[in-house]
Amino acid sequence: MSGNKTRAEIIVITSGKGGVGKTTTTANIGVGLAMKDKKVALIDTDTGLRNLDLLLGLENRIMYDLVDVTEGRVPYKKALVPHKKFRNLFLLPTSQVKDKSSVNPEALMKLCDEMKSEFDYILIDCPAGIEQGFQTAIAGADCAIVVTMPEISAVRDADKIIGELGRADKDNIKLIVNRIRPQMVEQGDMLDMKDINDILSITCIGQVPDDEKVVTSTNRGEPVIMTEDSLAGRAYKNIVRRILGEDVEFMDLHKDTFLRRLKRAFGMN
Amino acid sequence: MFDALRKLFGSEKESSKQIAARRLQLVLVHDRASVSPEIMDKLREEIIGVISKYMDINRENMDISLANGDKDNSVALVANIPVSRMKHGK
Ligand SMILES: Nc1ncnc2c1ncn2[C@@H]1O[C@H](COP(=O)(O)OP(=O)(O)O)[C@@H](O)[C@H]1O
Ligand SMILES: [Mg+2]
Repeated sequence: MSGNKTRAEIIVITSGKGGVGKTTTTANIGVGLAMKDKKVALIDTDTGLRNLDLLLGLENRIMYDLVDVTEGRVPYKKALVPHKKFRNLFLLPTSQVKDKSSVNPEALMKLCDEMKSEFDYILIDCPAGIEQGFQTAIAGADCAIVVTMPEISAVRDADKIIGELGRADKDNIKLIVNRIRPQMVEQGDMLDMKDINDILSITCIGQVPDDEKVVTSTNRGEPVIMTEDSLAGRAYKNIVRRILGEDVEFMDLHKDTFLRRLKRAFGMN
Repeated sequence: MFDALRKLFGSEKESSKQIAARRLQLVLVHDRASVSPEIMDKLREEIIGVISKYMDINRENMDISLANGDKDNSVALVANIPVSRMKHGK
């Protein structure tokens, strides 16, 4: 996945299930790519449930939204909100008031085509579900990042989404496993990245631990990738490098060492 | 003490993670099959193609489907294909 000035790579971030971290992932990868000097646009397509603006701290700067653009009221450049710190990062917010069906797949494809020449990366934050909002979000994408969590319902929904993406001829699919709790994995009570990878057979480009810093950084409107020394931030940095084509080793979130097993066996966990 | 040793050497009873993986494996086979009847149709046609080389079969009464296997959590492709005539071996 590498971008150049004439043709942006368009990536949709999707999951099926809600609340697994699509918006968090979009914000962090977007900021991460911008930190690497890429010109990035983030398009929020979760119409009616606008959130990406909050995660980026841009909620007070919105003048126009996606629906204004697709309905031809303003050109997209007028609706783009530049990030306060990273001037090569832009948000195209969605509408908080109009209903989900107000943007159709054709309109989003047309918009992506128009924006392609201006950016290195365009990330599309997808709504939950597999209805029209999903079909719209994936329409213009070259590749998809499926976000899931180590819970059976989230993995099942991810599998469903992978099937839907395949049916829409989107075959370039990568997986991110979010909210891993290393201690539970060590105790044998949570699926880890490898388990999920085996079950879904999709290339994994990241595992993100469950991290309180995600909450505090969301409170501030500064994605966790901007904070030094947080585990989740490091995980997102690695994901960004993998998107840029680097071969980065996966972090050791949990080790089932003999010593640990020994302690656990004797109840000294 | 024996329990502790068993845990240590990894033969402890199935962990909740193993249960999750096992349940997922099973449910996904069904999900994937049930969302794509086209694939089941294609599979059926190809199976008929192969078998017809060796025997004549009664298409009307054949049945190919996914079912739970013998073991608790396995999935089996069960095919019931009535043979009306064997062809001569060449
Ligand atoms: N790695 C993580 N660690 C802790 N909390 C997280 C993590 N990822 C997401 N969250 C939290 O989970 C909730 C849902 O995340 P969000 O990105 O809005 O999901 P989605 O867009 O898929 O609905 C948010 O409250 C977010 O702060
Ligand atoms: Mg969201």
